[in-house]
Amino acid sequence: MSRSALLNAPASKDAGVFRTWAGSPAEVHLLGLEGWERAAIEVLLDRAAHYRAMLRAGRVSDALRGVAVCLAFFEDSTRTRVSFELAAHRLSAMPVPLFTQGSSMSKGETLLDTLRTVVSMRVELIVVRHGSAGAVAYLAQHLDAGVINAGDGAHEHPTQGLLDLLTLRDAWHGRFEGRRIAIVGDVAHSRVARSAMFGLRAVGASVTVAGPPTLMPAGIEALGCAVAPSVEEAMRDADAVMALRIQRERMERSLIPSTGEYARVWGVNEERVALMKPDAVVLHPGPFNRDVEITSDVVDGPRSVVLSQVENGAAVRCAVLERCARARAQLRNERLQHVAPEICA
Amino acid sequence: MTAVSLIRNARHWRTGRPFELAFAGDTILAAGTDLVASGALARAAAAGAPAAADPLPGAIDVIDVIDAGGALLAPGLVDPHVHLRQPGQSGKETIASGTRAAAAGGFTSVLCMPNTDPVVDTPAWVEWVLARAREAGRCRVHPIAALTLGQRGGQLAELVALREAGAAAFSDDGRPVESAGMMRRALEYAAFAGLPIVCHEEDMTLRGDGQMNEGPVATRLGIPGIPSAAESVMVRRDVELVELTGGRAHFAHLSCAESLAALRDGKRRGLAVTGETCPHYWTLTDAAVGEGDTNAKMNPPLRSEYHRRAVIEAIADGTIDCFATDHAPHRAIDKDRPFDQAPFGIVGLETALALTLTHLVEPGHIDRARAIELWTEAPRRVFGLPPAELAPGFPADLVLIRPEAEWTVAPEQFHSKARNTPFAGFRLKGAVLATICAGRVTHAHPDLAPRGHRSAAALVEAAG
Repeated sequence: MSRSALLNAPASKDAGVFRTWAGSPAEVHLLGLEGWERAAIEVLLDRAAHYRAMLRAGRVSDALRGVAVCLAFFEDSTRTRVSFELAAHRLSAMPVPLFTQGSSMSKGETLLDTLRTVVSMRVELIVVRHGSAGAVAYLAQHLDAGVINAGDGAHEHPTQGLLDLLTLRDAWHGRFEGRRIAIVGDVAHSRVARSAMFGLRAVGASVTVAGPPTLMPAGIEALGCAVAPSVEEAMRDADAVMALRIQRERMERSLIPSTGEYARVWGVNEERVALMKPDAVVLHPGPFNRDVEITSDVVDGPRSVVLSQVENGAAVRCAVLERCARARAQLRNERLQHVAPEICA
Repeated sequence: MTAVSLIRNARHWRTGRPFELAFAGDTILAAGTDLVASGALARAAAAGAPAAADPLPGAIDVIDVIDAGGALLAPGLVDPHVHLRQPGQSGKETIASGTRAAAAGGFTSVLCMPNTDPVVDTPAWVEWVLARAREAGRCRVHPIAALTLGQRGGQLAELVALREAGAAAFSDDGRPVESAGMMRRALEYAAFAGLPIVCHEEDMTLRGDGQMNEGPVATRLGIPGIPSAAESVMVRRDVELVELTGGRAHFAHLSCAESLAALRDGKRRGLAVTGETCPHYWTLTDAAVGEGDTNAKMNPPLRSEYHRRAVIEAIADGTIDCFATDHAPHRAIDKDRPFDQAPFGIVGLETALALTLTHLVEPGHIDRARAIELWTEAPRRVFGLPPAELAPGFPADLVLIRPEAEWTVAPEQFHSKARNTPFAGFRLKGAVLATICAGRVTHAHPDLAPRGHRSAAALVEAAG
C-alpha cells in the first residue's frame, strides 16, 4: 500500500490532458513514432515543454515516486542513458541501470530471460537500447512492463525524434506546416533519421534526404521523403538541416572512401548553411565528428541548436516516462478491478 | 493367390476421368476403369503370379479397399529439397517426424540436404540417413551429400563413393560455393560421378549482414537488406561454369527475376541447367515480414511483388523445372527472437500442395495437371529418379488429392516437429486425402472413408 500515489490512483482523477494517453495497452510502450497522430505528438511536446520549464527552474517532481525504471542499454550510449537516468531521478522514480557486462547475460542468459527477471522485481518501465532492429518491440510483446525504445538498430529512436520535433517547433515558432528539413548523411544506418522522418511527416513538415548513394537505403522514398542528388540541393531554401553522424566503420566497409572526401562532398559547412533560409537552424543528434559531417564553426555557430536538442532531450524523456508510467498505472488498476474489485471500490 | 489393394472411385490426375487402381505389395498391378467386373484385375494377377509356387494362380484376395470418394489419384509427390535435420539437430526435426510430415503433405519421396551436424559428407553418413529413413518407413528418402568436406568449400567430398552409397545429388546447401575455381572443379568432378550439383546461390559479400529482402519494407523496419543480385550473380556465374565444364547444375530455391533470366539464358544456350522454386516465392512478398515476423524469414528472402510475378511467369513459361519446399524446421525458441537473431527457414511439406493449387492453379497461372507434374514427374526427371506412372509395374507410390477441399492452416496440427510457417491461418484449397508409399498407407486424412477388406466376388456383386 505504500506504492506511489500515481500507481494506485485511478487515471480518471488525473488532469484531463492524460486521458488521451492512458488506456490502451499500446500506450504503455513507446516503440517508435511511425503511425503517430499529430495531436498525440503535440500533447507530448506540450508536456515536455512543461517539464523543460520545471527543469530550468531547478525543481523536481514526484510524479513517478516509487516507480522503478530499468535502464537496459545493450549498446554504448552516453547522452541518451544519462538523460533517461536524470529524467527518472527528476520525477522521483527509481532508475536501475543494467549492463550487459557484469550481468547474468555475460553468463549466457538470454535477453528475454534477463529482463523477465528484472520485471519480476516489480519494475514498471524498461528503457531499452539494443543493436537489433525490432528487438525492443519483441521485448514489449513478451514483458509485462512498459517498454521504451532508446534506439533499436537502424529502426527507431523515438525520444530523439521527439526532442528534434520540440527543438524545431521552437525554432519554427510553433508551426510545422510548409516547413522543410534536410537530413544529410548516413540515412541507411540511422534510427535518428527514421524517427525524425516519421515524426515530421506526422506533424505536417516535409523531409528531403541526401547522402552518399552507398548510405541511402533502397526505397527510402516510400517513407514519405524526397531524395536530393546533392547536399546543396537538399539544403537550398530548407528551414533546417540535420547532419547525421558518420561512423568510422563505414569506411572499413567501403561505404565511403574517406572522412576527408565525405566532409568535402556531404559535410554541413558554413557555405552550405548559407543556402538555407535566413532563419533556418542546424541540428545534430551527437556525438559529433567535428569537421567530418559538420564543421566546428557550424556546430558552435549561431544557427546551431544542438544544445537545445540536449536540453529538450531531458524534458522529452520526463514526458515519455510519465506517459508510459501513467498508462501502466491505469492498466494495473484495470487488472486489479478485474481480479479484486473490493480493493478498488 | 495375390493379395491386392484396390483404390476405387478415384479420378485420374491428368484427365479427371473416373479411375481405379490396384496394387499388390509395393507395385501397381492394374489401372483403369472397372477393374474387378471386367476381369482385368484377375488377368493381371494371373499374369503376374509365379504359377508353380502359387496353389491358387490367378485368384485374388482384396485385402484393402480404399474408397477415394471422387478424389484425384496421382503418383506420390516428390520434394527435391528438404531439411530433415538428422544427424545432430533432432530438436528441430527428425527423419521420422520429417518423413511423417512429408507423408501428410502427399509426398512419397524427398531429397534431404546434408547441412546437418555433422555434415553428411561421407558414405557412412549417407548410409546412416538411409537406414533411419527405412526404419521410419513413411517416405522414400534420397540423401543429397555434401559437395565439399564439411560444406566448407575447400576440398571435394568423395563424390563417387557418396553416389555408390546412395546419394542422389551433391550440395553445400545452406551456403554457397564461394570460390569460382572450386565450383569449376566440383562441376567437372560431379559430372564424372554422374550426379547434379544443387546450387545454393548466394554471394556472401553482397548478402553482408542482410536479414530480409532489400527494399522499402526493410528500410522502414531498419533491418539490413539482401539485394536480389546476391542470388543472381552466382546463378550467372554458375551458368558460365556449366558452359566451361559441361557439368550439370540445379539451382535451388530461386526467388528473383534476374536469377530466372540467367537460368532462361542458360537453357537457351543448351546447357545442362535446371531450377526450382518454392511455394512461398509465388505466394508471398516481403510485406509478409510485417513488423518483423521471424516465421517469414528465410534464405533467399521473400522479395517484392515484381519478383513474385517473375517467379510465376517463369513457372508458366517452363523456365522453372520443378517445385521444392526447402522445408527448414526450427525450434520455436530459436525463431522467437528479434528478427536479425532468428535463423532463416520455414517449414513447407504440409502446405506445399495446397499453396500450389490455391495460388497457381486457382488464379489460372498453370493448369492442375501441370501443377501436379511439377511436384511429381518434373523433379524425378531433374534428379534422374525412376519414373512413377499410374500403370502396371510401377511402384505403388500414390497420393489421393481432394482439389476442392478447403482448410485453414493450423501449425499446431503439423506432423513436423516444427511450427515455423508464415501461412498460419491461411485459408487454402486442396487437401491430401491419403498417401501411399511402396504400397503402404503412410497418411490418411480423417475424412478418408473407412477402408474395407472385401472379397473380389463381393466387389463384383456390388459393381453389378
